[in-house]
Amino acid sequence: MTQADRDIERLIELMARLPGLGPRSARRAALHLIKKRGQVMAPLAEVMGRVAATVRDCAACGNLATGDLCDICRDPARATGEICVVEDVADLWALERGQVFRGRYHVLGGTLSALDGIGPEDLRIPVLIRRIADEGVREVILALGATVDGQTTAHYIAEALAEAAVEVSTLAQGVPVGGELDYLDEGTISAALRARRRV
Amino acid sequence: MDWREEGILLAVRPHGEHAAIIEVFTRDHGRHAGVVRGGAARRMAPILQPGAELDLAWRARLEDHIGTFEVEPVRSRSAILSDADALAGLGAVCALVIRSLPERDPHPQLHAATRALLDAMAAGAGDWPLAYLRWELGLLEDLGYGLDLSACAVTGSAEGLCYVSPRTGRAVSRAGAGDWADRLLPLPPCLLGQGPATAEEIVAGLTTTGHFLARLAADLADRPLPEARNRLVARLSRRI
Repeated sequence: MTQADRDIERLIELMARLPGLGPRSARRAALHLIKKRGQVMAPLAEVMGRVAATVRDCAACGNLATGDLCDICRDPARATGEICVVEDVADLWALERGQVFRGRYHVLGGTLSALDGIGPEDLRIPVLIRRIADEGVREVILALGATVDGQTTAHYIAEALAEAAVEVSTLAQGVPVGGELDYLDEGTISAALRARRRV
Repeated sequence: MDWREEGILLAVRPHGEHAAIIEVFTRDHGRHAGVVRGGAARRMAPILQPGAELDLAWRARLEDHIGTFEVEPVRSRSAILSDADALAGLGAVCALVIRSLPERDPHPQLHAATRALLDAMAAGAGDWPLAYLRWELGLLEDLGYGLDLSACAVTGSAEGLCYVSPRTGRAVSRAGAGDWADRLLPLPPCLLGQGPATAEEIVAGLTTTGHFLARLAADLADRPLPEARNRLVARLSRRI
């Protein structure tokens, strides 16, 4: 086996580790890249190298950044006194896509999980408490999943902030846009019914 | 090999990209694990939440294989999510069952008690902490660490029982305790089945059951009590 063969095998092996790809689809993707090495592979490799070298966690919120602070934390217009707490960067991106929230974020990096041994010290909760004092935050919005782990984390944070002079809120739960009651699970329907409002 | 029955979901772990391994607690098959194909899919997330009651169909080629589950929702008990104390209680129940019960060993009484306790939590019943305390007593009983609270280990009297021996798990009366009283565990009336109980009595009862659960955890796997249980006790202590 030549060095080139070994490199291609290594490329396939690494691509097979990506989410959504197995050994067979990684082989197909690698072959596609090799065939289009000028148009796709070389620019992709260049961008990947650059991202790997420059991207780091934002020192304030935990979002992805190319400097010490991410674009959102650097933007003075987003210092609205509101912090939205999310589990992961993917959740932050989801909220940004909505273009509704104009405050800042705080990425926890996971949720509390007794069974997986993830405790408060493993999440960025102490940094959040420090930020609330330093940045003059008025409201903390807990945008965590409506799961057992997500809500356990939300209740824990709400309790940790009980002494702080800050309003703590959570996202509403209920019928999604385009949702039909017939297709909703019992938990969502009961949450929606509990959170009903006058029209 | 196959069976079908209802069970309580205790835990979910991802298995590869698309599947999940779940642990359930059923009446006839005890704590049982199995793979749910497509269990990592978003449409399954509301169904596969700990505490949910599921209709389970298990199938495997051989008895000792992990096997696969087909799951259908029966009851979600999602109301627990909005109650911080009940959520801590659910975490403690799931963690204790997972840590304490041997796999595939039926405990029908404990299963019935667990089901009733989770239903009480989901219904927002104010007295579920007392039901939880009694559930821990039942767990200890089922696993051979039951407390003998019928009579004083020293005097034999059934009157004035107010302590439990940390060594034997037997009740001790005030008269029988003598100078040893400060080394004994509390025995609040609610542990003797006399309710209703105050928050203080429940926490005192949890101190006693916690001592024997810690011994059980150490004997089984040389591990401390689950953090979820400690978190529940800390929450209930704040009610005092």
